[in-house]
Amino acid sequence: MSGLAHYFEDEGVPTVVVALIREQAERVRPPRALWVPFPLGRPFGAPDNAEQQRRVLRRALALLEAPSGPVLVDFDEADAVEEEDAAWACPVSFAAPNGGSDDLGRRVADEVTMLRPWHDLGVERRGRTTLGLAKTSIEEAAAWLAAFAEGSTLPAPAPEESMADNLRWSAEDLKAFYYEAATAQPGLASENRLESWFWEESTAGELLKALRARCLADGDDTVREVGEFMLVPEAHLE
Amino acid sequence: MARLEDLHPDLAGFLREHECPDIDTGAWRAGPPLAQRRVALVSSAGLRRRDDRPFGESSVDYRVIPFEKRNEVVQDHLSASHDRTGFHQDLNVVFPLERLAELAEAGEIASAADYHYSFMGATDPVRMEAAARQLAATLRADGVDAAVFCPV
Repeated sequence: MSGLAHYFEDEGVPTVVVALIREQAERVRPPRALWVPFPLGRPFGAPDNAEQQRRVLRRALALLEAPSGPVLVDFDEADAVEEEDAAWACPVSFAAPNGGSDDLGRRVADEVTMLRPWHDLGVERRGRTTLGLAKTSIEEAAAWLAAFAEGSTLPAPAPEESMADNLRWSAEDLKAFYYEAATAQPGLASENRLESWFWEESTAGELLKALRARCLADGDDTVREVGEFMLVPEAHLE
Repeated sequence: MARLEDLHPDLAGFLREHECPDIDTGAWRAGPPLAQRRVALVSSAGLRRRDDRPFGESSVDYRVIPFEKRNEVVQDHLSASHDRTGFHQDLNVVFPLERLAELAEAGEIASAADYHYSFMGATDPVRMEAAARQLAATLRADGVDAAVFCPV
């Protein structure tokens, strides 16, 4: 991606690249680059930390006044340590809502119902949601994923699109729903606490792991790729 | 939390050593002082308005994101290795439109562009050349003289 900066510069537009992978910036040598020491997916730092985001943006913009280049500069600030609030314990209890039903679809539906008020609150507060890839409600997306994971067939939410797209879109909407709901609850959860809550405690995490196994056994290459790369982070594979 | 060093060694190695095509044109454009510049953001996160066309796996075109549509942004560049929890909570983590507007308000830059842009990540930049050059010409016509490239 930082390679595109060369084309823009060639067309007369000065550029600065924020880079998460220093080795790539070293090889591609865009005219101006700021390497940041943040996790993949967080190039401007922590959410709701406007001061930190502003510092990254200011530091990147300042490189536009460098007299010559290419320049590759490190953002010289340690990652802001997010203070975990002991109060965050996910107020929604996921303990056996259906008397320990082994029906994956039903258990996920119960979780979605319990999280719904928190998700609504999050949307109201932030004025936005990142849901909407699956082109259906989260309830239907979850039901479809559970049916697919368990080997039965329901029509895909967007039958005109590929099965692989339907799978990754529904799965991403499901994750987004949970994380948006969880982060709307009182207290501040660290990224690690959120991840372990989703992947180790929620039925949605269990569903995505089951879905991964189902996708890896599929006859369609693109569905297998979704299973391999899109569903479960390396750290949470069993 | 997905830092490069936390990823599977194969994936981390792939990202570090990923073959990057040599497209260094050697071009270097100077510009006026920062306080006189108009700035646009260009993302590679596969960002788009919710009702806009989805990006495919290797789309080579871009989507337009007007500032006032920022709360409708969804992300098509998906990977289990990317932490999207920051994006779920705050768009500015990947696309700092509000921070840019604040810098314009404070006079640190002349203005933030009305339109910002996103390409799809993990796509061969050589195949994106035509769209990139066309977008650069559009930026110039809009008076933009600084583009901030935002990865994910």
